[in-house]
Amino acid sequence: MQFVGQFIRERTKPLLAVLSLILFAIYSFAGCSRGTISNPNEAESTPHQTATVLSHGNKLAENRLVRIAAASDLKFALEEVASEYEHAHHGATIQTTFGASGTLFAQLTHGAPFDLFLSADLKYPEKLVEQGQALPGSEFRFAVGHLVLWVPAKSEVDLESLGIQAVLDSRVKKLAIANPQLAPYGRAAEAALKSLQVYEKVVDRLVMGENIAQTAQFVESGAAEMGVLSLSLATSPALKNKGRYWRIPATAYPKLEQGGVILKACQNVQTAQDVQKFLTGPKGQQILHKFGFDAPEK
Amino acid sequence: MNIDWPAFWLTLQVAGCTTSVLFLLGIPLAYWLSTSRWPGRSLVSACVTLPLVLPPTVLGFYLLITLSPDGLIGRPITALTGLKIPFTFFGIVVGSVVCNLPFAVRPFMAAFAGVDRRLIEAAWCLGVSPWQTFLRVTLPIAWPGILAGIVLTFAHAMGEFGVILMLGGNIPAVTRTLSISIYDDVQMMNYERAGQTSFVLLICAFVLLSLLQVRTKRGWWV
Repeated sequence: MQFVGQFIRERTKPLLAVLSLILFAIYSFAGCSRGTISNPNEAESTPHQTATVLSHGNKLAENRLVRIAAASDLKFALEEVASEYEHAHHGATIQTTFGASGTLFAQLTHGAPFDLFLSADLKYPEKLVEQGQALPGSEFRFAVGHLVLWVPAKSEVDLESLGIQAVLDSRVKKLAIANPQLAPYGRAAEAALKSLQVYEKVVDRLVMGENIAQTAQFVESGAAEMGVLSLSLATSPALKNKGRYWRIPATAYPKLEQGGVILKACQNVQTAQDVQKFLTGPKGQQILHKFGFDAPEK
Repeated sequence: MNIDWPAFWLTLQVAGCTTSVLFLLGIPLAYWLSTSRWPGRSLVSACVTLPLVLPPTVLGFYLLITLSPDGLIGRPITALTGLKIPFTFFGIVVGSVVCNLPFAVRPFMAAFAGVDRRLIEAAWCLGVSPWQTFLRVTLPIAWPGILAGIVLTFAHAMGEFGVILMLGGNIPAVTRTLSISIYDDVQMMNYERAGQTSFVLLICAFVLLSLLQVRTKRGWWV
């Protein structure tokens, strides 16, 4: 063993670094096996952020944590709903992850740990119940979404008078839509372009965002000149003053009914149901309405 | 500063775990690869290098399919330990270890290959056991290369994206690392925070690589 000692004496500095790294790794694993990841900078995370963090030993907060996987069109609306809910229910925490409904569906199929799934359609929640990943009978409807054609404020395309024909303008080099394979908004956009008989003429100029928020980012950043977005994002603080939009007639695409479901992996069904009631109740609906969603049919 | 601190802390943990596992796993593997004469050696070597050229999404896809609770590897693990691999901290460390394998093992191999064989054999002839020879001769000589591998692995693990997104999902404070947080912020048009987080990663990478340069130039790490 004296050789080991000699080796350590000679190479103290780097070896100490490696050893401390290993100790740190063991500490991390031990931390995660308790089911939480500690966060030393909790005070510094902004309160606005809904990605609120679990804290060690705070059992109450942990029990009343609701992890929501939500469609990207809900990004700004749900954050407001969440902060209102947290405000009204002291100690409750809502943690949100946004993505394309299809992407989230695939992750939930593989057992992603969420309590509540808010999809941009009704099909994915139903399928999760069928596959046994969601609680049977827990499906609910919470909103109806709308499609808009959106251009940045500086765009010279006369959206208001041209309507859907604006997509044919030669200044529109790229038209952004969400990926129809993953996002219900992408499917609706495709259907709308087809039923309004412009699809064939724009198909070569389509660029696809993974989800509707990324699609919005494509147009907002100027990478695409025009985009088919959700009304909820077009009216959100991030886009509101940055462009103009034209509402695509609701008759041009299948109704974008949004549904949710409580998942099998749910740790606290009661709190999840409570959040669901808040979302479908007057306060939640009021916020959703502000972002351009309509109430679901009863 | 307005950056995703839970993600920053998580990223350090993932990179730390990945580097430690790869140090413990990579040293014997690299030593064996650089000394063995077994004909199948080159196949193993190719497997180790595979993550370097394979698209991270392909890697992520295979890992997700095999490690999920119904998967080939995931099923027995979940049955035995009750541990679910995808979408957990453990899962993203597994993914990160696999895709960083070449970043650790290749430099280690190069370091061991650079050790003068005659010194090792001289030690053996002088009656020093193979294990002691490894500790007293091989490892000290190869150490600069090994350290380079460790720093490279840590730096690379901090920025891993594709595999972590596919295997980890995007769960705040559990699997949302810095690079995923940046991706999210850009999608949500929160450019200010994306910019600041990117800057933090840039500084981290720069500092780590500078450390490596200083070491090679002045040799004060060894």
